[in-house]
Amino acid sequence: MKVTVDGTAVLARPGQTVAAALLAAGRTAWRDTRGAGRPRGLFCGIGVCFDCLVVVNGVPDVRACQRVLADGDDVRTQHGAELPR
Amino acid sequence: MVSGLAHPDVVVVGAGIVGAACAEALTAAGLRVLVLDRGPLAAGTTAAGEGNVLVSDKEPGPELALARASRERWPRLLAELDADVEWEEKGGLVVATTPEAVEPLHRFAQAQREVGVDACTLTPAEARALEPHLTPEVTTAVHYVEDAQLNPVLAATTLLAAVRRRGGETRPFVEVSDVDGERKVTGVRTPQGTIPCHAVVNACGPWSGSLTAKAPLPIMPRRGIVLVTAPLPTVVRHKVYDADYVGAVASGDAALQTSGVVESTRAGTVLIGSSRQRVGFTERFEVPVLKALARKAITLFPALAGVPVMRAYGGFRPYAPDHLPVIGEDPRLPGLWHATGHEGAGIGLAAATGLLVADLLTGRTPHVDPEPFRVDRPEVMVA
Amino acid sequence: MRVVVVGAGPAGLAAARAAARQGASTVLVDAEPSAGGQYHRGENVVVPQGVEHLANTTVWAVEGTRLHLRTGPADAPDRVARVLDCDALVLATGAHDRALPFPGWDLPGVVTAGAAQAMAKAHGVAVGRRVVVAGTGPFLLPVADALRKLGVDVVEVLEAGSPLAWAREPAGVFAGRGKLAEIARYRAVLPRYHTRSTVVAAHGENRVTAVTVAKLDRDWRVRPGTERRIEVDAVCTGFGFTPRLELAVAAGCLVDKGFVRVDDRQTTSVPNVYAAGEITGIGGADLARVEGEIAGTCAAGGTPSASLLKTAHRGRVFAAALDRVSSVRPGWRTWPDERTLVCRCEEVDLAALRTAVEEHAALGLRSLKLTCRVGLGLCQGRVCLRNAAELAGIPHDADRVSRRPIAAPLRLGELADTPLTPALEE
Repeated sequence: MKVTVDGTAVLARPGQTVAAALLAAGRTAWRDTRGAGRPRGLFCGIGVCFDCLVVVNGVPDVRACQRVLADGDDVRTQHGAELPR
Repeated sequence: MVSGLAHPDVVVVGAGIVGAACAEALTAAGLRVLVLDRGPLAAGTTAAGEGNVLVSDKEPGPELALARASRERWPRLLAELDADVEWEEKGGLVVATTPEAVEPLHRFAQAQREVGVDACTLTPAEARALEPHLTPEVTTAVHYVEDAQLNPVLAATTLLAAVRRRGGETRPFVEVSDVDGERKVTGVRTPQGTIPCHAVVNACGPWSGSLTAKAPLPIMPRRGIVLVTAPLPTVVRHKVYDADYVGAVASGDAALQTSGVVESTRAGTVLIGSSRQRVGFTERFEVPVLKALARKAITLFPALAGVPVMRAYGGFRPYAPDHLPVIGEDPRLPGLWHATGHEGAGIGLAAATGLLVADLLTGRTPHVDPEPFRVDRPEVMVA
Repeated sequence: MRVVVVGAGPAGLAAARAAARQGASTVLVDAEPSAGGQYHRGENVVVPQGVEHLANTTVWAVEGTRLHLRTGPADAPDRVARVLDCDALVLATGAHDRALPFPGWDLPGVVTAGAAQAMAKAHGVAVGRRVVVAGTGPFLLPVADALRKLGVDVVEVLEAGSPLAWAREPAGVFAGRGKLAEIARYRAVLPRYHTRSTVVAAHGENRVTAVTVAKLDRDWRVRPGTERRIEVDAVCTGFGFTPRLELAVAAGCLVDKGFVRVDDRQTTSVPNVYAAGEITGIGGADLARVEGEIAGTCAAGGTPSASLLKTAHRGRVFAAALDRVSSVRPGWRTWPDERTLVCRCEEVDLAALRTAVEEHAALGLRSLKLTCRVGLGLCQGRVCLRNAAELAGIPHDADRVSRRPIAAPLRLGELADTPLTPALEE
């Protein structure tokens, strides 16, 4: 399965979550906080903390640890608070 | 904190925004004030409000006069206290989305202009220039530059901090079970004992009707629910509401009324109201109410459809049958003062209400005409 | 009759199996793509026969015994809506790791033990190469062991408490002798296991590169002079568990001492609503299964066997002892410094929390939240409010903290289009 992460093609396995694919690709952070602009990535891993937010196919506020990738998904870093495209 | 003021001049019951404003004005007048609340400070209706300081939703009359006095006083008061309570002069935008709503809105604004309100009628294009994400369906709008907003909990706790600095005391988690005295007030009764005093201010909001059986008030809870979105970049700049809101506020119907009211907070969330229901003090949430609020918000701002809703919370407005606050001394029990019945406008009206209570209690010339708010009007003296 | 079970972990699976066996039409609702919950994550769990499994399904609201669902990819804006009415509801929503704040806990690479476990078990992905595991309770060992099996260098496993406390729990030890024996399974990581120790700071610019670990006294205050620095690229932390109570609270269930109150038949205070597993007390998978079986049986109108009730009782004796032995001690409140974030979502630091308490006398949770914005972010206080209440010295009422009538976020457009009643074919 092929997906893009911040414009770069990444291979993903069916059933893999966004967070798993990003970690496997060597990323640890994929969001900036809207206050201090600090990097964030995986924290609770089970959908509780909302820290691992990404933008998937133009829709922000998607929990990377919960969202299972679909072929062709376009994933990108979320910068602070964003409006859906 | 338990020792504190043994002999206060005034006991204020209720540490919401109205009680805080009364206590602030009374301590500014040199009185020793004790504020009691059965819960924490500013945790009831005050914590459930959006923090509106509005003139836009009021037709000419005594409430508008009080609102304008309060709108003028709030920024001065905050400057005196050197307080940051997220005060924002954001302005209000009342929007019509149907052809039929144009004429009544224009008439409403014209009447307000005649008494001096800054109400500027806009074309749809002008409205969308002020609010770029506003629906293209807008048929007309009125811009009220005076409408403002603050963080009500910060405001109340800041006023109460000023009270403490002036030697007053705030005592949370103390419930007043009754007001003592037969011909006049002699004290308030609490589980921790009686506190002697000669003046009590009832600022219990929706619970003020039953502070004492000696002087019941027909104040009822009118429930409201607010939806809160995830933090967003700036999408909504003003307080924006549908022109049908004024009708919903003025209605005396107990059944559910909803109206689209949308605004941002400084934290980036968007607050979505409003609903009005007289259903007692129920804490139950009904999905149909949440759905109606969501629909109306999207009608005003279609771009909000894809935004996450992260929270819904409810609160109780203190509703008076004639929609006017009750401010003044109770003739049934001299020494008992009421400052209640502000319904959904308590944050906005608090600054003027506190000052008016202090004026009347200390015998100064009142800064606004107190007559329309008097306690012994027939709509209030039902018992 | 229809029984709906929410949560497909050990408790929910057992409840669904039991309800279906009683002949009830049984629906099992779960947010994950496959059944098993956190405990069986990554395993191939078979849904019991006769049970309709609604995977990828979030319950976002409860009105009595009416559930409002959305099915589809997590947080997608166009998931399918469904309203489900039932005759009896079994809540088995589980728990999540409790994380305690310390300087640097917001750096990428610092994750909960549960996150490390989920990544390892479900995806075979390690959260780092050189890792310290820190926290309290027996869950730390399987997490460390799962990482070790992925080839991770588990440098140290730090238990803040002391297992010597078991010496005061003879009844608990006896009731849980089987569970305690399981610890032998993790002998490969035991040589790196240290008690009365924890991570007190994480260091790094844009990700964790090192930690400071230290010895703790009985109350979990740092023993001065015991600090050591260790180079790592990840930290896994878990200080027990917080039950996920929002659906139970929304359904009106009474909460007592932080957990849903149930009787020995798993009945909550609300008629026809049952609860099982971690939301009724942290007891582990074995107890959750037994409670689930009882709940499912009773929800479907059956009677649980005496031996089942006895097993549950024995499990609770062990769980109560485990709770006492693994309890979080108040000294943790000395770990964060003024600039440590208490609330990660809204980036509220300890100094801001202190100002709210000291200058604004915000001594209630609602006033505290609205004064400094702690707990008002997207996680809705799930991570921080319990800690914030303890730091502020105000009572932590689990039922008030967990009052989230919108139990999971949904898009405003989804809410605007939500059906109010079940579809006709339901």
